Amino acid sequence: MSRKPYIREVPKTSWFFRQPRYMRYMAREVTCIFIGAYALLLVVAVKRLAQGPDAFQGFLDALHSPLGVLFNLAVLVAAVYHSTSWFNVTPQAMPIQRGEEFVPGKMIVGAHYAAWAVVSLIVLIWGV
Amino acid sequence: MSERQIQLEVLRYNPETDTEPRFQTYSVPCLNEWVVLDALNYVKDNLDTTLSYRWSCHMAVCGSCGMMINGEPKLACKAFIHEYPDKIRVEPLANFPIERDLVTVVEDFITKFASIKPYLIPKEDKPISAGEYKQSPAELLKYKQYTLCINCMLCYAACPQYGLVPEFLGPAAISMAHRYNQDSRDGGRDQRQEVIASHEGVWECSFVGACSEVCPKHVDPAGALQQVKVASTIDWYKEHLMPWVKK
Amino acid sequence: MAKSNKPIVWGLFAAGGTVTAFVTPALALITLFAAMRFSPGMFTYEHLHAFAANWLGKLIIFGVIMLSLWHAAHRLRVTVHDFGVRSDLVVATIVYMIAAIGTVSAIFSLLSIR
Repeated sequence: MSRKPYIREVPKTSWFFRQPRYMRYMAREVTCIFIGAYALLLVVAVKRLAQGPDAFQGFLDALHSPLGVLFNLAVLVAAVYHSTSWFNVTPQAMPIQRGEEFVPGKMIVGAHYAAWAVVSLIVLIWGV
Repeated sequence: MSERQIQLEVLRYNPETDTEPRFQTYSVPCLNEWVVLDALNYVKDNLDTTLSYRWSCHMAVCGSCGMMINGEPKLACKAFIHEYPDKIRVEPLANFPIERDLVTVVEDFITKFASIKPYLIPKEDKPISAGEYKQSPAELLKYKQYTLCINCMLCYAACPQYGLVPEFLGPAAISMAHRYNQDSRDGGRDQRQEVIASHEGVWECSFVGACSEVCPKHVDPAGALQQVKVASTIDWYKEHLMPWVKK
Repeated sequence: MAKSNKPIVWGLFAAGGTVTAFVTPALALITLFAAMRFSPGMFTYEHLHAFAANWLGKLIIFGVIMLSLWHAAHRLRVTVHDFGVRSDLVVATIVYMIAAIGTVSAIFSLLSIR
């Protein structure tokens, strides 16, 4: 009896189309492109801030454009998806044991959402 | 008792005669209470004795009957016919080489599982006369979930990183290392870290989470792996920033 | 099998992921409003300059920017690998270089705000 195992190749670029859970994973992962682009925007913003009121106004003017609006909208959507996906898995990554029980995952997640609301409010009040 | 005629589309492969796998369809009269394993057994008993597949307990505790059922890694004994349409596609577990029909080559998993030292390594040698190890319920809870693994390898089939990077240790092996690391009786974490904190160890994981979704025993290997990452990161900083601290 | 040095970047990735999860949506909303000129009193030079002139403000701005950059860089490295690009060393060098340049730029900008 001879063995001849057959290896099924996994397509390196299109594997994630095979299952909805893989698509959701990739959607979560590509939010980093928007988070990263936004971080670079903030780098530029701080640079213009340092260069003085005229330079900063130039930055604001460049932001006020269809591209600027679309970009920020895309970042907002991506950021929210990142936040929700991040908070939802926190209990898995950092379970909290209190004596002979684990703190229910829902509580940990809920606490994160509550903190998110508070922090968002603070940031919005500061910025506005 | 209600019956349904199910078309079972099974991926066949005979290493002695075939160059590649092919589908073969069997028409099986299934009772609504049946699981896919019952349908396979019907095929083997009545239609085609050459069909090869692994199974044993028929109650989701032995981990033998893992296979892809309509593209999803499942235990055949836990895939209820009433949850499926009239056509069911059955394939061997993904990410493993096919030995024959639905039987996969599991040597890679066995080797990786053994490499993480899945046994208690006591902190110090204790003679029998010193008495038993005592463990509180709280200490037990720290690792109990990870003892439930039945080595069914569904998590390896679900893990895209294992599919793309075959060197990856994988969810079950690393979770089992975590099980022992978390056990208060164990002192072998340093030895296991050499294996699981490597590139092919936990760092190949990108927290897709598919492993935990398919696990039939709710072990949550994804959670275990993230906890290993956190612990390994704290370790790394301790080792490199405070090398004078003895572990 | 040698122990990996991934913990360095993973720690930054995890910290950055947490920070961005909490603050980026609100920040993006602010810049969206600024882009839409939703209200003229927002995101003004004076307000931001005053915040950045303060050392705590500098620290917060630096923390948010730096962690966002390194979080995105590491995740992008993994994502590019997921898309089938196997030259991990090249990708890693590129993404971490960009993050480093952004970090240094932010430091210089913040230090020059008095």
